[in-house]
Amino acid sequence: MNPLLLWFHKLGSPPYFYRLAGRLLPWLWALALAGLALGLYGGLFVAPRDYQQGDAFRIIFVHVPCAWMSLFVYFFMAANGFIALVWRIKLSETLAMAAAPIGAAFTFICLATGSIWGKPMWGTWWTWDARLTSELVLLFLYLGVIGLYHAIEDRRQAARAAAFLALIGIVNLPIVHFSVNWWNTLHQGSTVKLFGPSLIDARMLWPLLTMAVATKFLFAASLLSRARVDLLELESGKDWVRQIALAEEPRA
Amino acid sequence: MSYGTATSACRAVFVRDFGLVWRRRGDALNPVLFAIMVVALFPFALGPEPKALQQISAGAVLVALLLAGLLSLDALFRSDLEDGSLEQLVLSPHPLALLLACKIAVHWLTTALPLLLVAPLLGEMLYLPRPVLGTLMAALALSTPLLSLIGAVCVALTVGMRRSGMLLALLVLPLYVPVLIFAAGACNAAQQGLPTLAPLLWLGAALALALVLAPLACAAALRISLN
Amino acid sequence: MSEFLSMGGYGGYVWSAFAIFIVVLALDALAPLLKRRRVLRELRGRLRRTQKRNEENT
Repeated sequence: MNPLLLWFHKLGSPPYFYRLAGRLLPWLWALALAGLALGLYGGLFVAPRDYQQGDAFRIIFVHVPCAWMSLFVYFFMAANGFIALVWRIKLSETLAMAAAPIGAAFTFICLATGSIWGKPMWGTWWTWDARLTSELVLLFLYLGVIGLYHAIEDRRQAARAAAFLALIGIVNLPIVHFSVNWWNTLHQGSTVKLFGPSLIDARMLWPLLTMAVATKFLFAASLLSRARVDLLELESGKDWVRQIALAEEPRA
Repeated sequence: MSYGTATSACRAVFVRDFGLVWRRRGDALNPVLFAIMVVALFPFALGPEPKALQQISAGAVLVALLLAGLLSLDALFRSDLEDGSLEQLVLSPHPLALLLACKIAVHWLTTALPLLLVAPLLGEMLYLPRPVLGTLMAALALSTPLLSLIGAVCVALTVGMRRSGMLLALLVLPLYVPVLIFAAGACNAAQQGLPTLAPLLWLGAALALALVLAPLACAAALRISLN
Repeated sequence: MSEFLSMGGYGGYVWSAFAIFIVVLALDALAPLLKRRRVLRELRGRLRRTQKRNEENT
């Protein structure tokens, strides 16, 4: 067998994945925290004040990376859900379900910070703008996946049902975006453009990109630590989990 | 051993489901009653001025029918699951998607069609402008089967659960948004005297797509949740 | 310093947005740690119970 394929098969085995993820996790957390610190420093101290929005524009450094992540995580979840449904790989089920709460968290942050940003800029906490509405629907999709996963008793069946829902959602998302766009132009014309074609200052751009990369690492770290716990729960009858449980017995 | 043709299986599903609905024909009127009550609440909330009610009439009727449909959705597979016939359906040698399409069709005919018939009355309660009524009916005729088809997929996912009401609403809602947008969009365009063909055509296209794909997705979802 | 904190009058908005970002992601990072402790504790309890039952039977 080709070594890459062999490695892939090994990765699918829970104990191997558990150990590998455990070795990667400290690095991922360190990279994520360093990236966040650098990005926040750049966003709060280095980036110059926006000539139109003043300092309120600094919300962009948390808002936009979270908006990107909310979609990225959904695609990740749906791709893993697809793999789980077609090839029935246990690891993919676990990864897809571990990604859902993280994606919901990013979507929530995106909505909350967006609304906080909207108040001083547009004078309102919420507008039925196409992107905002799509993001809200995305949050509902995440909550639906999480809710379905926790409502079904059997863990693997629950993961497969929720993965299926995630796949339906991925078909639904572009339709929602298109329909909301159409609806929006019908009702209120063009909305406020945050950036438009204007060029963004390099001193604003690098913190933004740093935050985007840092949130990717944060997602990876959170995903692996969630997947590790889920595997422990899923395989709690197996010997390797028993050994871990006994090794970590608190000294009384 | 012979199983009979797929056509005869479909006919059997139709006959059985219609028979079951007929035996509990009192329940069949529940969604209609619910929709009437929802619409009747709007004048109390907004005041009785015809002008204010007219503005929201088409949208209110659409939302009332959508909620009534959501209420009846839960019952789509419930009794079949309880008496075990759903598993027989899954195990049958005929294509599951086809049989499910028959079940969904019966469900639409017995729950959504009465709602559709009562829609002009609901519109009248909210002073729906006469020229909009045609568009509203066309939008409803295209969107209610779409809602039934999409809803059936979500019901299939939640079929094994005892208390699925709120979860079902959460699953269905994001999928209903585009349908509602186009149906209401057509009515609003009619109210402003604009052409309504485009949103109706979008609904028609979505319905054609859902007619083919939703039964297949429903069958796949049912196989997952019955395992 | 206070000028930096006031963010040109937008301080409340900016800082609450950053606070939400940090708090939500910290909770997200904390959740698996708590769950891990719970899962392992339950597993140890189960192991102890089966061990006891085996000792009583023999």
